[in-house]
Amino acid sequence: MNAPAGPILEVDHLTMRFGGLLAVDDLSFAASRGRITALIGPNGAGKTTVFNCITGFYHPTVGMIRLHHAGGPTYLLERLLDFRIAKLAKVARTFQNIRLFPGMTLLENLLVAQHNPLMTASGFTFLGLLGFASYRRSEQAAIDRARYWLDRMALLRRADDPAGDLPYGEQRRLEIARAMCTEPVLLCLDEPAAGLNARESAELKELLLAIRAEQQTSILLIEHDMSVVMDISDHVVVLDYGVKIFEGTAADVRNDPKVIAAYLGVEDEEVERVEAEVGL
Amino acid sequence: MAIAAETQAKPAADIAAALKNGLLAALAAFGLFSLLIGLRTDQGPTGALELTSRATVLGVFVVIAFVGGFARGLIGGERTIDLAAYVPDEIRAFAARTGRILGFALLAFVFAAPILFFHNRYLLDLGIQILTYVMLGWGLNIVVGLAGLLDLGYVAFYAVGAYSYALLAQNFGWSFWLCLPVAGCLAAFWGVLLGFPVLRLRGDYLAIVTLAFGEIIRLVLINWWSLTGGPNGVAGIPRPSFFGIPFNDEENGFAATFGLEYTPSYRVVFLYYVILALALLTNWVTLRLRRLPIGRAWEALREDEIACRSLGINTTTTKLTAFAMGAMFGGIAGSFFATRQGFISPESFTFSESALVLAIVVLGGMGSQLGVAIAAFAMLGGFELFREFEQYRMLVFGAAMVLIMIWRPRGLVATRAPSAFLNKRKAAAVTLVKEGHG
Repeated sequence: MNAPAGPILEVDHLTMRFGGLLAVDDLSFAASRGRITALIGPNGAGKTTVFNCITGFYHPTVGMIRLHHAGGPTYLLERLLDFRIAKLAKVARTFQNIRLFPGMTLLENLLVAQHNPLMTASGFTFLGLLGFASYRRSEQAAIDRARYWLDRMALLRRADDPAGDLPYGEQRRLEIARAMCTEPVLLCLDEPAAGLNARESAELKELLLAIRAEQQTSILLIEHDMSVVMDISDHVVVLDYGVKIFEGTAADVRNDPKVIAAYLGVEDEEVERVEAEVGL
Repeated sequence: MAIAAETQAKPAADIAAALKNGLLAALAAFGLFSLLIGLRTDQGPTGALELTSRATVLGVFVVIAFVGGFARGLIGGERTIDLAAYVPDEIRAFAARTGRILGFALLAFVFAAPILFFHNRYLLDLGIQILTYVMLGWGLNIVVGLAGLLDLGYVAFYAVGAYSYALLAQNFGWSFWLCLPVAGCLAAFWGVLLGFPVLRLRGDYLAIVTLAFGEIIRLVLINWWSLTGGPNGVAGIPRPSFFGIPFNDEENGFAATFGLEYTPSYRVVFLYYVILALALLTNWVTLRLRRLPIGRAWEALREDEIACRSLGINTTTTKLTAFAMGAMFGGIAGSFFATRQGFISPESFTFSESALVLAIVVLGGMGSQLGVAIAAFAMLGGFELFREFEQYRMLVFGAAMVLIMIWRPRGLVATRAPSAFLNKRKAAAVTLVKEGHG
């Protein structure tokens, strides 16, 4: 990996409040370029809320989210509209409950992901409508890129089937392929291993490591499957009730008493001691 | 023993369920028709209203409803019937082989129709009317079928196009061919104007607001006397000419110029080809757009708006272009309507027109070009066919709609052809395709 040093994403004092509910409370962390950063925590810890803030689906109550392109501009994500974050800042995401275009074929799903470059190539539809050769070349390039990712995900033989026909695990892979077709600098995966069997999880791990090695893409990951988190994450951030309780390497996480307490709970007699440690 | 009893009991249970279904249908029919059909008011000899009861007719309707409900319960209740599954494989293979040829044959027939029926003015007029609705259906198909935005006020754009041509031609003497793109642009402009406030709305809310928009346009047309002439409409709209040569019996008329015997049919035939060309243009543009990024974005928007935004698609402009494109074709069709009729008034642009066009799109199968054309032909042709049964026309029509919604809930042509393919183009059944939500 010859990725330039320095963080790709910096989240500063992020707070998200829904009415009386404080979903994320003063969260700060950074994700390094060319690394896999995992965001973990028990259910309801606010992980997906953080994702939604980063990808612009929520506007944070307080805080700043900076995305640095290598040798390029820095984007303040909290100020951009959701589609501009994907278009300009090149942040792609997947969803916890898969959101494909079920009635469209796999190939079409991946072509929709390349909407913006294709739109420019088609001269905002006008040149494309008249059948200019330059647009046809761009479309062929888009199809080739889609073919590459379908091949990578072992979905090539189903390229012309509707996405809704795929089994669950393949839908997950297609969603990652679709996100990768936008050529992101940061890929945000919301529980990519949820609902996968052991073999599929192992394949997912290999895939993510391969993406990290081959593409100029950093990965931010929410995951409950600890085997995935522990094996591939370079850096782990643990949330509980919207507060960051730990940040460090995967090896350190499993020995941290606060993390263990958040996940497994503690014996009654230990509560006071742990509370004192957590600072309550 | 127990198993045998169960198998014996099963048909009995089925019949009981079917009976219940039939009774419910009969009850609903009784409630619905008791006042509508069971009682009839006539003017008596003294001029007073007399009430006659028609218990027998009511009884017949209730019995029909019972039998219908019973039969439906017996053959499978809520199950949708896939008619295509009953077609033998040989016929299917034959249809696949000849499908393309059949399409061209139909198109050739449509082209040849004015020559075949040159002296049948009635059929030619009907053909023009059907083609107008085919074009409207294809225009609305962009908004409803592709982008999944339910638009109940489509007739507003038809009206904008019609009045654009009528007023521009009358006040400034602009020619039809010049007005056509202008009317299209004006309608597209109104499409965008409607699009802006409704961008945030989805589903039922969107439908209500577009419905209101259609009514607003109509009310403005009625009340803006100085411009539109109010309910009196605009009369004396210039009739179309053959690129400058008028269709009349004078020296410089079409017939005299080409050394033909004068007959008013020439104008009708010309109009027929104009609307055919406009409809085919709509079809060509739509088919072409479907394969461009904008068309794929429309369909993706129908499938999942949030996923679209996560991929960097500007859903605002995508929705607005869908509204604008649909409105443009509606406006062009409106211009044609104005020049064909020579007279327009707000009465031509009521909600029932919107409903008819929407019914054509839904019936045809949302997103399917062929389905929309077939549906327009069936609906308008059906209207004419049942013209003699004046009173029962709507009844038959309603019954047909109910049957189709039971058996073909996704419309007549319920397959979706992909816009791009790697190895093989497979038409997919639309069961997976979303109907859009906003």
